[in-house]
Amino acid sequence: MWSFSNISKFIDNWLRATFNPIWTMVIEMVIAGVCVIGLFAILGLVLVIMERKVSAWMQIRLGPNRVGPKGMLQSLADTVKLLVKEGMTPAGADKFLFNLAPFIAMMVAMLLMAPIAFAKDFQMWDLNIGVLYVSAVSSIMVISILIAGWASNNKYSLMGAMRSGAQIVSYELSAGLSILSIVVLSGSLNLNDIIQSQADGWWIFKGHIPVIIAFIIFIIAVTAETNRAPFDLAEAESELTAGFHTEYSGMKFALFFLAEYVNVFIVCAIGATLFLGGWMPFHIGHWQGFNHVMDYIPSSIWFFGKTFFLIFLIMWFRWTFPRLRIDQLLNLEWRYLLPISMFNILLVTLMAILGWHF
Amino acid sequence: MFIVKYIKEVFSGLKSLAIGLRLTLYYFTHHKEIITQQYPDNRETLNLPERFKGEVVMLHDENNEHACTGCTACELACPNGTIKIITKFDIATDGKKKKALDKFVYHLELCTMCNLCIVACPTDAIKMAQTFEHSVYDRSELTKILNKPGSEIREGVE
Ligand code: SF4
Ligand code: SF4
Repeated sequence: MWSFSNISKFIDNWLRATFNPIWTMVIEMVIAGVCVIGLFAILGLVLVIMERKVSAWMQIRLGPNRVGPKGMLQSLADTVKLLVKEGMTPAGADKFLFNLAPFIAMMVAMLLMAPIAFAKDFQMWDLNIGVLYVSAVSSIMVISILIAGWASNNKYSLMGAMRSGAQIVSYELSAGLSILSIVVLSGSLNLNDIIQSQADGWWIFKGHIPVIIAFIIFIIAVTAETNRAPFDLAEAESELTAGFHTEYSGMKFALFFLAEYVNVFIVCAIGATLFLGGWMPFHIGHWQGFNHVMDYIPSSIWFFGKTFFLIFLIMWFRWTFPRLRIDQLLNLEWRYLLPISMFNILLVTLMAILGWHF
Repeated sequence: MFIVKYIKEVFSGLKSLAIGLRLTLYYFTHHKEIITQQYPDNRETLNLPERFKGEVVMLHDENNEHACTGCTACELACPNGTIKIITKFDIATDGKKKKALDKFVYHLELCTMCNLCIVACPTDAIKMAQTFEHSVYDRSELTKILNKPGSEIREGVE
């Protein structure tokens, strides 16, 4: 049967038979790199058109409808536009850092792709501390934003960067705590083990109310971490023009833009893995028949389906809620999310010890 | 008590968010009704809202008469000097000299469609039209004389 794991195994075997081990590894790394870049490009195109269509429909508009059938090729046209634009570097900017920042943003996004399981047995790097790795690497993102804001030599950029610093540093806490509640329940930091532990039901169903609370907090916190509305203070078009990327144009701006969307994809993939079972099909306890039927749907479709559902959720938030003020933002985190998630993790621990989940 | 108030706040916050989300989801799933106009395609059947403001025009009746007395109230009301009223003196039937409108000069390129002149006019001589395709190649074409040549003030309008 055609599946991602079979294809990758086939390629691996063929390479091993044809080349010596070192070359095999080099070639496989190149293939993985090309796949990641290809996935980035596709994600950028798909998510941009999805965002524009979702926003249009939510605001009773039609959205892009000129390029291609029903405007579906609009993001290709956007890409071409960005490619042919001049990439300016402002005169007063710190040239090295200014040009470095978008690449850091992209690199972080690429690094985060490594431990995600896209389908059954299809993962770039099955490391045993996947959850820790993800939460550690994702905080490097703030460095690229701070560098971009500082190097632009522009008040708006600097203010946007500082806001985003305050925001990401504080929301990381509650994101981490809500992730931790799943780690407590499944007893492992390995993303694969976490997925396996959901074979008889996803955590969001097995874990009762505490896990649902953790899920809500997770979604709020990652929306803030990816700097998307209603937490887009780092960009805040109406106050700061475009925040940290005010001075960026052309392809450098496109890299930031792409990194934002890829980050949205990644956090949704992580959320789907932790709470909705990753590529694990929808299983209910020991209903063998039902579970078998569900197994016929390929695991990659489950994974992408759940991820895109969460992406839609985050887009839905963006086009519904107004932007928070900075003090409201910090209030929300330190007065509500953090105490609730701390209390919640105690509850989850109690549940895990007493075995109150299914 | 503090904790009760806290929990109440959390729940009322979540509830208000849910109400907002429900509305946008309704729009998302019922995208039949589209409020935007597909403009260049439906140029013939364009359906502009009643209060759409495109440009200031002066109303003339079939005898080429308007209701403008040349009082300059609109000129004074305009926040950005769009209107210039040029007056002349007419000899009325009883031999008295009377101030009347000579030219109503309207600079469309300066107008912000704020409607203040319409509100200020005591005789309702001007109103907002719904035309909006104002592009021209020379900006001098945007300076318009609103009273038609040879038009007179309507009898009885003071
Ligand atoms: S609409 Fe406003 S800006 Fe335009 S002419 Fe009237 S008062 Fe002036
Ligand atoms: S248009 Fe109205 S306000 Fe303006 S000068 Fe004429 S009568 Fe006066």
